[in-house]
Amino acid sequence: MEGLIGYGVFFLTMAGIYAVLTLGLNLQWGFTGQFNIGVAGFFAVGAYTSAIVTAPDSAAHLGGFGLPFPIGVAAAAVMSGLAAVAVGWGTMRLRTDYLAIATIGIAEIIRHVLKNEDWLTNGVRGIPGIPRPVETELGLLGVVIGFVILVYLLIERARKSPWGRVLRAIRENENAVMASGKDVADFRLQAFVVGSAIMGLGGALYAHFTAFISPEAFDPLYGTFLIWVMLIAGGSGNNKGALLGTLVIWIVWSGSEILTSRLPVEYVTQAGALRVLLIGVILQVILLYRPEGLLPEERPRLGRPGDG
Amino acid sequence: MEVLQLLVYGVVLGSILTLGAIGVSMIFGILRFAHFAHGDMMTLGAYFGLVFVAGAGISPLAALPLAMGLTAGVAIVVDQTIYRRLRRTQPVILLISSFGIALALRSLIQLVWGPNSEVYRSGIQIPHRVFGLVVKPDHLWIVCGAVGLVVAVHLFLTRTKMGKAMRAMSDNMDLALVTGIPAERVIMGTWVLGGAMAAAAGVFLGMDTRLHPTIGWGVLLPVFAAAILGGIGKPYGAIAGGMVIGIAMELSTLVLEPTYKPAVAFAIMVAMLVVRPSGLFGGRT
Repeated sequence: MEGLIGYGVFFLTMAGIYAVLTLGLNLQWGFTGQFNIGVAGFFAVGAYTSAIVTAPDSAAHLGGFGLPFPIGVAAAAVMSGLAAVAVGWGTMRLRTDYLAIATIGIAEIIRHVLKNEDWLTNGVRGIPGIPRPVETELGLLGVVIGFVILVYLLIERARKSPWGRVLRAIRENENAVMASGKDVADFRLQAFVVGSAIMGLGGALYAHFTAFISPEAFDPLYGTFLIWVMLIAGGSGNNKGALLGTLVIWIVWSGSEILTSRLPVEYVTQAGALRVLLIGVILQVILLYRPEGLLPEERPRLGRPGDG
Repeated sequence: MEVLQLLVYGVVLGSILTLGAIGVSMIFGILRFAHFAHGDMMTLGAYFGLVFVAGAGISPLAALPLAMGLTAGVAIVVDQTIYRRLRRTQPVILLISSFGIALALRSLIQLVWGPNSEVYRSGIQIPHRVFGLVVKPDHLWIVCGAVGLVVAVHLFLTRTKMGKAMRAMSDNMDLALVTGIPAERVIMGTWVLGGAMAAAAGVFLGMDTRLHPTIGWGVLLPVFAAAILGGIGKPYGAIAGGMVIGIAMELSTLVLEPTYKPAVAFAIMVAMLVVRPSGLFGGRT
């Protein structure tokens, strides 16, 4: 029984971390129509920033600042935001395909840096001993859920604001927005940077939850692909959909792990590939048969003359 | 001397990137989306080659046409079952789909051939020494093979009706459709061309180093960089782009760690996007 509760807490905490990442992606893709396929990169920058800022002194990697958890989280968001400025600056005026190529490029380069710059990140051996803000697992779950609620409220507020309307207008018809005198590239950059900063925040939560990070965790598969499938399954542009999609895909992904873990040891790597294939097929099925996702975006009702 | 030696490696890498970039450039030009599964299509081609090399005991070069044919077939099947049905929506949906296809292809490859490295031929090749430069026989075959394929692509694009139709659709879609070009047939032709060239690039990659389920994914970024540098929809630009990126990546090892080679491709690409997004030869943006 205790093991089951323990697993439940772990399961929900990871789902919460993914929810933060998915909400960040929803701001970029769901609202603004930006194709960030380097989520893993911003996720990793956040995780490593917070780890380096808060971890105790170690000869193996940069660190020894020993700063408290809130500062680590804030630094993570700022660093990921800065990385987004660097990527976004050159590509915001172009078709979103170019942003996709640029973001996958930056994510791969970040992964190479994490693996090779030992002085900074301890390379493939990773950073251990990242302090936890609270002692108990349940407390950590509380912290993560707190951040999910905070980010959700923030993005929901942004969605309803004039700023969010401009973003969705850019997604629907860029030229019309330009014609009404808005700086499209500027708004895009804002959305991209804020979304990436939220991903950095998710990275920080991940680092403090697992207490150990290594480049493995920021593979494009776990760091980018799952999050995209979560958002598309839930419903791009709908924050509740993003949360629901995260939960559903996380159940499928974890559930498939429970099933494949019963296979004999010699099939372990094969089983991993099978799970990825399953998620890949789910994505194609959703795109073909329910592209709007489980909870489609709520379209604003058009007012008729005479209404309010 | 070291610079000359790196130039040799750069030309070899450039030949491989060129073959990948031709497909990416034509698909982007005609179907209007960045095909993220192209790297994994290369991997698939490399493993198809392995089936014949290991199974029938023929050389990788002899297996090349078979691998190209099979991969072109897979490209057609993926297009007809999935991409074709998504074409009615925005092109960017195709981009997401292709990202999923990339991972699905890679996991299929892992399921069938396992996660470990494979080689076409074990043992050491005796390198030729030309004016003090070390040239492996496989390097010569790769460059000659790539030149042959590029000439074939050139003849196809300029001498056949299908090739001309492809260039027309890539240059100006609306104008091409008005003249009654059969769009669906041209799209299928594009997948055959792109898939076959990707397979050739994959087999050459496997000849140059070794086969691994992520070899194609590893060169996807340089391939995109080559296509963008040359100009989207410009197959001849892809050749120039591939060579520039390949040589720049190898020369960078004079000052940088070899693991940062893709970063060099990335830097050139971003600089190009900022300065002249239409590429060296004025492709589409």
